[in-house]
Amino acid sequence: MTNRVGGVRVLVGTRKGAFILTSDEKRESWDVSGPHFGGWEIYHLKGSPVNPNRIYASQCNAWSGQLIQRSDDGGTTWETVDNKFVYDGPTGTHQWYDGTPHPWDFKRVWHLEPSLTDPDTVYAGVEDAALFRSTDAGQSWHELSGLRKHSTGQTWTPGAGGMGLHTIILDPENPNRIFVAISAAGAFRSDDGGVSWLPINRGLRSEYIPDPNAEVGHCVHRIAMHPSRPGTLFMQKHWDVMRTDDAGANWREVSGNLPTDFGFVIDVHAHERETIYVVPIKSDGEHYPPEGKLRVYRSRTGGETWEPLSNGLPQSDCYVNVLRDAMAVDSCDSCGVYFGTTGGQVYASSDSGDHWTAIVRDLPAVLSVEVQTLR
Amino acid sequence: MIRVELPTHLRTIAGVGAEILLEIEEPGTQRAILQALEDRYPMLRGTLREYSTGLRRPYMRFFACGQDISHELPDAPLPEAVANGQEPFLIIGAISGG
Repeated sequence: MTNRVGGVRVLVGTRKGAFILTSDEKRESWDVSGPHFGGWEIYHLKGSPVNPNRIYASQCNAWSGQLIQRSDDGGTTWETVDNKFVYDGPTGTHQWYDGTPHPWDFKRVWHLEPSLTDPDTVYAGVEDAALFRSTDAGQSWHELSGLRKHSTGQTWTPGAGGMGLHTIILDPENPNRIFVAISAAGAFRSDDGGVSWLPINRGLRSEYIPDPNAEVGHCVHRIAMHPSRPGTLFMQKHWDVMRTDDAGANWREVSGNLPTDFGFVIDVHAHERETIYVVPIKSDGEHYPPEGKLRVYRSRTGGETWEPLSNGLPQSDCYVNVLRDAMAVDSCDSCGVYFGTTGGQVYASSDSGDHWTAIVRDLPAVLSVEVQTLR
Repeated sequence: MIRVELPTHLRTIAGVGAEILLEIEEPGTQRAILQALEDRYPMLRGTLREYSTGLRRPYMRFFACGQDISHELPDAPLPEAVANGQEPFLIIGAISGG
């Protein structure tokens, strides 16, 4: 038995605001708070593991650009903090869709990753792809520019959704190790706290780029790690579900019997580190569940062998998408799994995926889902 | 005293009502208004004009006296009726998006 759970808080970012869903440890009934910042796109919000009432949120719209919000009371009140994301030094260029050099141009913050040890330190993954860090609770931001200035940086090309740095994973056993993923450059690792970076894409194979085995250029959609085994990562790539057991030095495909190996989300069970979840999506072009049936697929073997989970999910006429940052797990004794859809539903399972229910169903399109297990 | 109206989505951010009264040095200009706004409401920095260029964000528009003055130079004098407080300086979010 772990520490007693005081409740669960689900942080939902949508196209038109943030919503905060709370429940007790039974996770049977939910209170919905929001919209916070109604009308604004909330790409992501996430709480500090050290101080769960410290939550950071990325807020933006086409008119006024990027804002960052910080709450110190679990999302009840918010304070606007610094939004000055300025690239370090000469901006340089990356490759544009037509093959020409294109200046790096800040557009938005896709993902915020609070430090595992310091509530005032938080990382921001942005479009055009770069990694920023604040060590003063969001009052100022500084680029960790070794990533953008990597020798391959000028060859990075945006995917259809832009060139966003969307995944940041901090190694709980090695404070100097950071993993990030960029669409459509691939995965990178730093072993010196973000100063220098190594592409970690060996084993990825992408038929849609000129050299399918290239060092960079892969459209990585999401990476997940179990905190007790940081050398093992699971990846949902544009096509293919992948796995590495050597911190990204080598990847192998574990798509196995999935109905389609395209998708966006991937996550790992809180207590079973070989149990992973994906939501297969039909592509290219369609980006909705195969056969109009919304199914989570679970592997209890770390990939290769997958089972569909559909109890409580719509099994006809369902044409929503589940975006890359829109799945999370809680760490209750019976692991909860959560995901949000572009149709505005947030589905939850309090039994590792066996049964699902919509804990809210008519929100704006969901961009991100994070879960806090409160103790 | 200059009267300034923000778009609704920024009133919420700044925690202000429909109209803001600003003291700016003469001669009044768009740049002086934006600077005074950002000085009093730091949370508006970057939302009206770009950090990198100091230029108006493309979807933010400035109206006054029934005219779109978005394309006036930042240091051009404001219309007399705005400068003397008879007419408000309207900051508008362009009608777009979904």
